[in-house]
Amino acid sequence: MITAERKPFDEILELVGDKKKVLVAGCDTCVAICLTGGEKEAEILASELRIKAGQDGRAVEVEHTAAIRQCEWEYLDMIAEKVEAADVVLSMACGIGIQSMAEKFSPKIVVPAVNTNMLGMPQEHAVWLERCGACGECVIGETAGICPVVRCSKSLMNGPCGGSHDGLCEVTGPDKEEIECAWALIWERLNAQGREELMFINRPPKNWSKSSSGGPRKMVREEAKPV
Amino acid sequence: MTATEYKAGSNLEKVLSTGTFAVTGECGPPKGADVTVIEEKAKLLKGYVDAVNITDNQTAVVRVCSMASGYTAQQNGVEAIMQMTCRDRNRLAMQADILGASTLGIKNVLCLTGDHLSFGNHPEARGVHDLDAINLIKMYKDMRDEKKFQCGEEMTVAPPLYIGCAENPFADPFELRALRLKKKIEAGADFVQTQCIFNVPKFKKWMEEVRALGLHKEIKILAGITPMKGVGGARYMQKFVPGIDVPQDIVDRMAVPEKGAPQQAEGKKIAVEMIKEFTEIEGVAGVHIMAIEWEIAVPEIVEAAGLMPRPAVA
Repeated sequence: MITAERKPFDEILELVGDKKKVLVAGCDTCVAICLTGGEKEAEILASELRIKAGQDGRAVEVEHTAAIRQCEWEYLDMIAEKVEAADVVLSMACGIGIQSMAEKFSPKIVVPAVNTNMLGMPQEHAVWLERCGACGECVIGETAGICPVVRCSKSLMNGPCGGSHDGLCEVTGPDKEEIECAWALIWERLNAQGREELMFINRPPKNWSKSSSGGPRKMVREEAKPV
Repeated sequence: MTATEYKAGSNLEKVLSTGTFAVTGECGPPKGADVTVIEEKAKLLKGYVDAVNITDNQTAVVRVCSMASGYTAQQNGVEAIMQMTCRDRNRLAMQADILGASTLGIKNVLCLTGDHLSFGNHPEARGVHDLDAINLIKMYKDMRDEKKFQCGEEMTVAPPLYIGCAENPFADPFELRALRLKKKIEAGADFVQTQCIFNVPKFKKWMEEVRALGLHKEIKILAGITPMKGVGGARYMQKFVPGIDVPQDIVDRMAVPEKGAPQQAEGKKIAVEMIKEFTEIEGVAGVHIMAIEWEIAVPEIVEAAGLMPRPAVA
């Protein structure tokens, strides 16, 4: 799933600026599941903005709503009336939802209330781990179902590097949390699968033109287009 | 061996090909547009090493580039081993830089993944990692031997290169470390310099695995040495430097003499003892002395280890 984190409140206030009618728009799909931008979180942010405006003695109208999916046109139609009435929309959807909203209602000002951060897996309640870089050319068939592109800090195709120790990466996360060495995990699972030989292939350089390095990507499924 | 049979004809390649126990050193370029630092370090090492590594933004901290510093070292009488990391350049830049280095007379290159950006002074930078070190070795080998760019296109003049890599016998999983060296040999590495060694028994165990795979016959292995300046540094490396294994007995030994000159003397003594031990290990072709910001200690260590004079090869 796509995960996102709410932006710091001060940054949200700056993005809203001096607009008088604010709509906080949640999305009830990925960002709701990761407890960041669903209807409930939109309602909380709207309350915070009203309280802050009250404290500052500013007359601001703050509404909230949520689309089932902000990334699809038909669900945006369902919240169109509220959007049209606002001076600014503070979207709590992922980057895709925010842009869909901005495009659909252009030139309405739509600003993000969240930072979209990864394609992650919920490891346990309230914990998500990055699992996919959407690189456009999946290699995990050879790497025991573990992605070296995003799970190795250096995206090695031929790991592990000399910084792997006790199953951990030499890099620690922003809060000094430990990161598992992807290539130690790959080695362990290839062994369990009886496919150790895959560790000793010299994998060629990755074709990054399939990723965002090749420019913005577009996918068309001709066979699925309406006749 | 005639000159035409050499891959690059560098001094390092010639020394290693004669079977002489080789000595390489290491110089870190300065954090500023100052040519005198490398000039002075090169003068200290001249005649005591067969070639010197010029680090490439080591520990992800910006410094004078390894190409310019390598050129300066060579102008001052020491052959350069230009380090090249995958962290800061994509495949275009790594090919352009090696062609440029070659036109400046640099013949040795060390292919590295590079320390992660989070350790350095620009942690907000975008890490490149277009290729990994094994891809890089293969790319340079194909440039040299096939006269081809990574994309397959032919180039006008191939760069004569002696291609090196690094390996860390102390990283995990241990059983992969010799096998990963094998991958680097298959990719095209001619020589390898190891991570600095303090745990000699573990290094010997790694060498046993290397010999069991016959790798010592396919690649020149230079054992890494870092002389310790004091017990503080030894403790720091033991606790905080990833990938370095400093056994407690080494730290204890460094703690016995008084701080300052006596501890420095002990550090040099340990280095000399280790070098002598390495000369006895089958398959070790030389030593790589990384005297970090302590280049002045190198001549004394090389001398005391009985490795002088360095061979003059034509």
